[in-house]
Amino acid sequence: MHGEGFFYQAFVYLLAAVVSVPIAKRLGLGSVLGYLLAGIAIGPWGLRLVGEEGADVLHFAEFGVVMMLFLIGLELQPSLLWRLRVPIVGLGGLQVGVTALTLTAVAVALGLPWNAGLAVGLILALSSTAIVLQTLEEKGLLKTDAGQSAFSVLLFQDIAVIPMLAVLPLLAVGETRATASGGTSWIDGLPPVAKTLVVLAAVVAIVVGGRYLTRPAFRFIARARLRELFTAAALLLVIAIALLMSRVGLSPALGTFLAGVVLANSEYRHELEGDIEPFKGLLLGLFFIAVGASVDFGLVASRPAVVAGLVAALLATKFGVLLVLGRAFGMGTDQNLLFSFALAQGGEFAFVLFSFASQHGVLPVSVTGPLVAVVALSMALTPLVMLVHERLVAPRIGRREGEAREPDAITGSSQVIIAGYGRVGSVIGRLLAANGISATVLDHDSDHVELLRRFGQRVFYGDASRHDLLEAAGAGSARVLVIAIDDPDKILQIVETAHRYYPHLQVLARAVSRTHAYELLDAGVELVYRENLDTSLQMGVDVMRAMGVRAYEAGRRSRLFRRHDELGLRELAAMREDRPAYIRRARQQLEELERILTADRLEADEQRDAAWDTRTLREEMAGGAER
Amino acid sequence: MRKVLIIFAHPALERSRVNRALIEAAAGVEGVRVHDLYQAYPDFDIDVPFEQRLLEAHGVVVLQHPFFWYSAPAILKQWQDLVLEHGWAYGHAGTALKGKWTLNAITAGGGEDSYRREGGNRFEIGELLAPFEATARLCGMIWLPPFVVHGTHRLGDAEIDAHAGDYRRLLIGLRDGAVDAAAARRWPRLNMDLAAVLGG
Repeated sequence: MHGEGFFYQAFVYLLAAVVSVPIAKRLGLGSVLGYLLAGIAIGPWGLRLVGEEGADVLHFAEFGVVMMLFLIGLELQPSLLWRLRVPIVGLGGLQVGVTALTLTAVAVALGLPWNAGLAVGLILALSSTAIVLQTLEEKGLLKTDAGQSAFSVLLFQDIAVIPMLAVLPLLAVGETRATASGGTSWIDGLPPVAKTLVVLAAVVAIVVGGRYLTRPAFRFIARARLRELFTAAALLLVIAIALLMSRVGLSPALGTFLAGVVLANSEYRHELEGDIEPFKGLLLGLFFIAVGASVDFGLVASRPAVVAGLVAALLATKFGVLLVLGRAFGMGTDQNLLFSFALAQGGEFAFVLFSFASQHGVLPVSVTGPLVAVVALSMALTPLVMLVHERLVAPRIGRREGEAREPDAITGSSQVIIAGYGRVGSVIGRLLAANGISATVLDHDSDHVELLRRFGQRVFYGDASRHDLLEAAGAGSARVLVIAIDDPDKILQIVETAHRYYPHLQVLARAVSRTHAYELLDAGVELVYRENLDTSLQMGVDVMRAMGVRAYEAGRRSRLFRRHDELGLRELAAMREDRPAYIRRARQQLEELERILTADRLEADEQRDAAWDTRTLREEMAGGAER
Repeated sequence: MRKVLIIFAHPALERSRVNRALIEAAAGVEGVRVHDLYQAYPDFDIDVPFEQRLLEAHGVVVLQHPFFWYSAPAILKQWQDLVLEHGWAYGHAGTALKGKWTLNAITAGGGEDSYRREGGNRFEIGELLAPFEATARLCGMIWLPPFVVHGTHRLGDAEIDAHAGDYRRLLIGLRDGAVDAAAARRWPRLNMDLAAVLGG
């Protein structure tokens, strides 16, 4: 029966997502708002398809945030993180500090004691990493000035959660009921110095392990050539780090983010991205649905004016502080507005911290109850606020001049993707590199990848026929895809994937045989390269030269032959379709060969350089021409 | 309307500011087709039937190229050798180009003063272009003085823009029949007094 209950829940959540998200996207509302509306619809105040367990789902789905930070870490080279240190510490630190103090003042003015007020201020200073990053990414704004600043602030907030967890119990008034909680942690009974050492050891373990242990481990797993095994390993990595982090009292999101950064230069980066991405997407969707379902509309309905007033006050205060800080950090008006609108809501950590604070007797439930609803509402309003900004505010401010700057800052992806780096792909890659054109290379032989990386090549491990891996390699923004692997079926598979998801990509495909070339032409590839054609022609040219044909003439003959052969290939590819199916394969091959040979004889008669043949001129002169 | 065909030859267009500006100025003009030989035939294997059809379809043929060694880049010579066939372009039956107009549009590093008897290059541009003029004559074409951009190494962006604008005006004038060939031959180069050439 338990299983049935699980399937029922899964059915409800998935159905809600599948129905509401496409509608929301069609209406231009974005996926986050779609998920939130789905949550409200199935929640206790909507169709009542889910009830109390919504809170459990929320806790489970928070893991989606952890995965998201892992993926963000994967895209962040350590050097870029270092470049962002000023916005992270400066802008992020000031945002948390100033917002917390301002909100504390508001809370005290509304009648809370100072310590409860400070707790509320600190908790509400945080913004929603999940909603902000998902929304910015969907709108393609993550790489703008505002996007980078918002990301920096969110990163600082994630770090700030750790000291907050330490400080909140100190704000308790009266007796504390807290000693029983947090029993899972390893470091509870330790003296402060030992605690610090354990935490440091955990961080060092992630950095060193990520750097030196994951590669051989992944290589070992990749050799098994089972795709699901690699997915399992990727999930294991993320879950293990999350567990380790919570055991030593750090934020799991922060730990996986760190692991992501450590692995950002690894050849397994794109494969990891491809594996984790769908889980992250589903869990984040689940998380947004759970947020929608957890909004206590009963409370909202009983005191609508108070709740509305608090939501407005929260959004306005945070917006105001962000606007001032953005200006102080030199952001243009349009970028500053985007930045401020994006981060004005409360965050998912508030749910955790409010329950933590009430457990420790810092805040009474009479305060946290309405505030949880306020945070959830402010989160639910964010996509709407962003929409208002996009439609009504931004068009009046003028163009976003920051958008074009540093387009590749986060991903560092290339315009060219080369799938397969063997005999064919490596020559292409070297030619391009020698001419200053960088390419993202995918190869699914882990030993090969290891070797190439030792020689400083930018090669990533992965199977290029996977849509998610192509996506991770930057197919969305690349211009050219070179398919240079040697497996004919795989090549066709990649072509199909590329045509379906990336119609803008120019595809250059390797054909391993004449039949394969026909299949590629049928599949709609225009640029088909038979792998042995050029070598054979070059050998033919050298034979002609050995037979006494002059070099230039031999070269021209071979190029003429090649052009006609390409034309013939295309004609035969089209003809092949009409042939009755009963003709046996052997006969077919024979006929094709005959056709090829006939075509060759015809083209040999053609004179493309008649002007160098003075026969007609001599005849005219002999006929008494006046010239 | 006379359709204008620009036969363009520059082996390293990416390094030529002036030719790039001229080509860009010409590219958008209605009734003007730019045919880039180095782009079409990187291996010099010129498609003769295609080139002949192209010439037949146009009334004005502009040969645009840098004035490399007092002449044109190699592919333009290959083009002449192969496309201007006996029996098609010249000879008894060769009348395909008869009556069409032709001129060179060239860019030269040397200043106008250097192309004089007493100058560094000793010959005038018109004298150095004699092989092109003779070729045009043999094919029965109407020969026009060249469009010349002198001193390309010293030109600033504004001057290049001005030349590109002149080129565009000349092409439009040729297309619309605003140029009197006999009158235009009074000038050593068409852009010496473009307004006069365009019948202004």
